[in-house]
Amino acid sequence: MGVTVCVVGCGAVGSLFAANLATLEDVEVWAYDLAQEHVDAINRDGLRLTGAGEVVGRLRATTDAAELPACDFGIVATKAMHTEPAIRATAHAFANGCVATVQNGIGNEEVLAAHVERVIRGTTFPAGKITSPGVVQWDVKGDTTFGPFEEQPAPFAEVERLAEACTRGGMPTKAVEDARGPQWRKVIFNAATNPLGALTGLTHGRVCEQPPLRRLASQLVDEGKAVAAAQRIELDADPEELIDYAARPEVAYGHKASMLQDVEARRQTEVDYLNGGIAEFGRKLGVPTPAHDSIWALVKGVEAAWQQQ
Amino acid sequence: MTRVCVAGAGVIGSLFAAHLARVAEVSALVRRDEHARALRDEGLQVSGRADFAAQLQAATAPEELPEPELVILACKTLDLDAVAGRIAGHWPDAIVMTVQNGIGADDVVARHGDWRILSAVTFMSGTRHSDTHVQYVLDTATWIGPARGTTPDDARAVADLISSSGLKAEAFDDLRPAQWSKLIFNATVNTVAALTGLPHDPHFADVSTPSSLGNLVRDLIDEGKAVAQAAGVPLREDPWEMNVLATQRGSAHYPSMLEDVEAHRRTEIDMITGALVREAGRLGVPVPLHKTMERLIKAKEASWE
Repeated sequence: MGVTVCVVGCGAVGSLFAANLATLEDVEVWAYDLAQEHVDAINRDGLRLTGAGEVVGRLRATTDAAELPACDFGIVATKAMHTEPAIRATAHAFANGCVATVQNGIGNEEVLAAHVERVIRGTTFPAGKITSPGVVQWDVKGDTTFGPFEEQPAPFAEVERLAEACTRGGMPTKAVEDARGPQWRKVIFNAATNPLGALTGLTHGRVCEQPPLRRLASQLVDEGKAVAAAQRIELDADPEELIDYAARPEVAYGHKASMLQDVEARRQTEVDYLNGGIAEFGRKLGVPTPAHDSIWALVKGVEAAWQQQ
Repeated sequence: MTRVCVAGAGVIGSLFAAHLARVAEVSALVRRDEHARALRDEGLQVSGRADFAAQLQAATAPEELPEPELVILACKTLDLDAVAGRIAGHWPDAIVMTVQNGIGADDVVARHGDWRILSAVTFMSGTRHSDTHVQYVLDTATWIGPARGTTPDDARAVADLISSSGLKAEAFDDLRPAQWSKLIFNATVNTVAALTGLPHDPHFADVSTPSSLGNLVRDLIDEGKAVAQAAGVPLREDPWEMNVLATQRGSAHYPSMLEDVEAHRRTEIDMITGALVREAGRLGVPVPLHKTMERLIKAKEASWE
């Protein structure tokens, strides 16, 4: 039985899923993306991954959502602030399918659930960057976790079917009943480190080398853990370990967090879905998050400063 | 008082020197030879809220200047120790006045000589266009109070002199309530501006959504107020009201710490937020948000060092 998968938002992370899945005979892959040059290059030459893996995936890419066939699965990989328009445009293709998110932050599943019926909560650790249209540098390999979104779940058998296809395609993926643990581990990691790089201009390794700043990261981690605990979420590992692991020279010492890259390019950041997401959950649950509140306000201030110039 | 020396001719020093030259014999003590020469040859041009040219003496060594009755140390806080050291051994009868941000400037000066000392904080601001041209932007007051060996009458005499020169000044029997108001205001507004890149504009008073910047500004001010209360200092003005008022002026002020960050210069964080955090530590008052701001600014400095 073949499956049809559409990757919604074929940036770096979306491309990793799309190209790897496209190597499977029994999976038909589509990609929906608004970057015309990237879409044209994919249709002409295939989608090429270099670095951590050498892959050329043959797939159909389009900027026009009306061209999409009925799909069994969607994998949404846009930046978090583009989720709403992306799923609004493509929802018709998933009328009988399930839609997973592999985006950063929290709150994406809720947005998807407003447009499609069956939603899969997801978290992914692989990373890369688009180096030219149709070509993606695969920087970091890593695991993905999928699970049914509690409020509007996809059937678990479907979650397993998508996870199995991803794993077979070269993206190791687990299907679990409760996917909140890995998601909160990642969001806490990102919210504790990305904005510190973005506000100071320092790479991940240099953030960790400054003891006062590293303590601030721990303060952010502790607040995030308290918000997760109030929802009875069990983290699958300690975000602190991930912070220290990533600071190693051979891992991501010199890596500029995506939020720092956004700030340098004056692009809107994902802070609303990272620190903002933790702060909002904290507010609803009555868990104080003063450090996340401050960082959130500062990064929003940085974004506001661009609009004045 | 007829002879005044202004040490340091940045924005604040230039504004003092030019205005006071209209009512007193003014000299400027500066660091660079070419700066002293330019001031001697061209004088000082003031534009903006006032428009005039002033003649003054200038030199790079105190022994080349006439003995003043009043010395205004108008350098940056970071340079205060060095500038006070340069006048050490000179002008024993003069009153020395500090106008630096933060608190404790009078203690720094006192280590270098037995002068009588006045403390001041200034809220005026301007833009320096060249060594000899300064634009007068905000005409807010300078507040003056007695410190070592001076009386409220000394403070009033200097305030009167400054007022007669066209600048605004006010004397206080105890400066600390005013000084602390400004310290809390600066520790908040300067750091938020430096980290966001925003001038002091209406964002600083906006509390409309959970992520609005005004919430952070208010929380920082509240931490500062708790420190002042523990120190037994009643505030002269509510820093939150100072903040709201300042953002309603129309033209947004560029705090000096934002200018420092944009120019990749070392900031005054140690003397402003650092001073507040040290006082808080001494008094046992928690100031986690000010510590966060201090850490972020220091890390930002490290990014270009």
